Amino acid sequence: MLNTEKQSLGDKNGKTVASYRVLPGPEGLLPPAAACCGITLPLEGEGLVEGIIRSEQDTIEEMARQLLTRRNPTIFPGPLVLWAWKDGVTVKADCIMELANEIPGVRIIPMPDYRPIYPKIDPEAVINPCHPNLTIAHNKIEVCVFIGVHCHFANITLKMIRAGTNCYTITLCNEAGHEDSMASLPFCGTDKVEALTNAVRKLKAGGLRPYHADTPGIQLTVAQKAVAAGLKNGN
Amino acid sequence: MSLKTINCSPVFMPYMPKEYLDLINKGPFGKEMKLSQVGSVKELLEEHPMCEGCAMAYFIRMTLIAIPTPEHSVIVGTAGCGRLSLSQAAIPFVYGNYCDTNGVATGIKRGLALRFPEQHKDVIVMAGDGGLADIGFSQVMHSWFRKEKFATIMLDNEVYGNTGGQESGMTRKGEVVKMAPVGKQFEKIDMLSLARASGVAYIARLTITNPARIVNTIRKAILVAREIGPTYVQAYTSCNIEYTIPPEKVMDDARRVEQERYSFVEEMSDAAREYLEKVHNIK
Repeated sequence: MLNTEKQSLGDKNGKTVASYRVLPGPEGLLPPAAACCGITLPLEGEGLVEGIIRSEQDTIEEMARQLLTRRNPTIFPGPLVLWAWKDGVTVKADCIMELANEIPGVRIIPMPDYRPIYPKIDPEAVINPCHPNLTIAHNKIEVCVFIGVHCHFANITLKMIRAGTNCYTITLCNEAGHEDSMASLPFCGTDKVEALTNAVRKLKAGGLRPYHADTPGIQLTVAQKAVAAGLKNGN
Repeated sequence: MSLKTINCSPVFMPYMPKEYLDLINKGPFGKEMKLSQVGSVKELLEEHPMCEGCAMAYFIRMTLIAIPTPEHSVIVGTAGCGRLSLSQAAIPFVYGNYCDTNGVATGIKRGLALRFPEQHKDVIVMAGDGGLADIGFSQVMHSWFRKEKFATIMLDNEVYGNTGGQESGMTRKGEVVKMAPVGKQFEKIDMLSLARASGVAYIARLTITNPARIVNTIRKAILVAREIGPTYVQAYTSCNIEYTIPPEKVMDDARRVEQERYSFVEEMSDAAREYLEKVHNIK
């Protein structure tokens, strides 16, 4: 059955769900918006995994599993958490770093703002919503977390990633969540980020061997290493 | 839209790109930038995809240096060459439709004044001659009639450069451009007179020949617009592609045009003059 075929199925709770599945791509140029294919947003206490509404706890566990078992996990903090523009932001930023510290081999590539970057982007320094696929493809990222990105830019970014890459996208959204990501947690404050961190810890304690088990800690990209060394640019 | 927006969460500092670290540490936010500082500070615009030798890109760079409080400023533009660099500058840029820049700017200015009554928020419309004198003409005029308090800056390259060289209202009579092969049949619109008749508080016309003059003029236009009323700056920013000017000759062309027909003009109302002298000590 094609992803785009519209057909309603029943889930285990008896809810009507669409047959469309939001899976890692590449799905091809201009994939449909998942909302147009019948995918609905989760409510408070729920999450969304590959287009199916699941419980919050199930969603968090699935996110943790994907982050540990896929290649080159990367966190993309957006402007809402990168910049300390209001009280509480630095607390959330600290929570995100706590999560990062639990994922072996993880990288942190920021999305500081949304202005277009032409004629050339440094994909090891930044991700840009005008062409996020460049950063994903260059760094061979197969699972990523978006957090602190304004929803309208997150939506277009997620569609582009699904269109052109095989990256599993996770969104920790402060608002209603994102149909176009493979796993989405709505109304995600510090408590839910901490819950995800704990889920990662639990899986590791349960014996799951992370994909990058031999590369502990957060990895700097070449561009970030260059900046840390006081050089002008990464490449 | 405040200094807080350029404070990085400390834990993310090691991962920030160099350009953003420079903006935080050496950018113009929170301090008024001087032209003499260029080269030693981080400018709002670093890279852009505009053509080699583009006078408009140079003028925009100077304009961005002139903005008194970039952390409290919004630029409104529209389709055309200018937005290619304006949208990449480290300052909020709102892309209006191709006719309503001054209407959009009106809404933003009024909204910001309601939301932040204690803080000046500068709104600056910067668009081409097509965006302001042709397609956006009505909204420009009405914003002036309503005495809306924001600056309107026209990037006058006297042609639709972005779409291949059609004549605009600001193209000179008789000028043959690539997609106007018989030559323009009527006169260049006299926007300065229209601004005058509309009661615009500060009016200026200039070219790119004098960077200090650009910075001073733009700064005055923005400051007067804060308190007194609408302001208008018309800048000759040649399109070296459509007018076939070699990049190294762009400044020569600007000097020639300035001498022949685009001399520096600056007019302001008594209220504007008094405001600049008393409040900002600018003469």
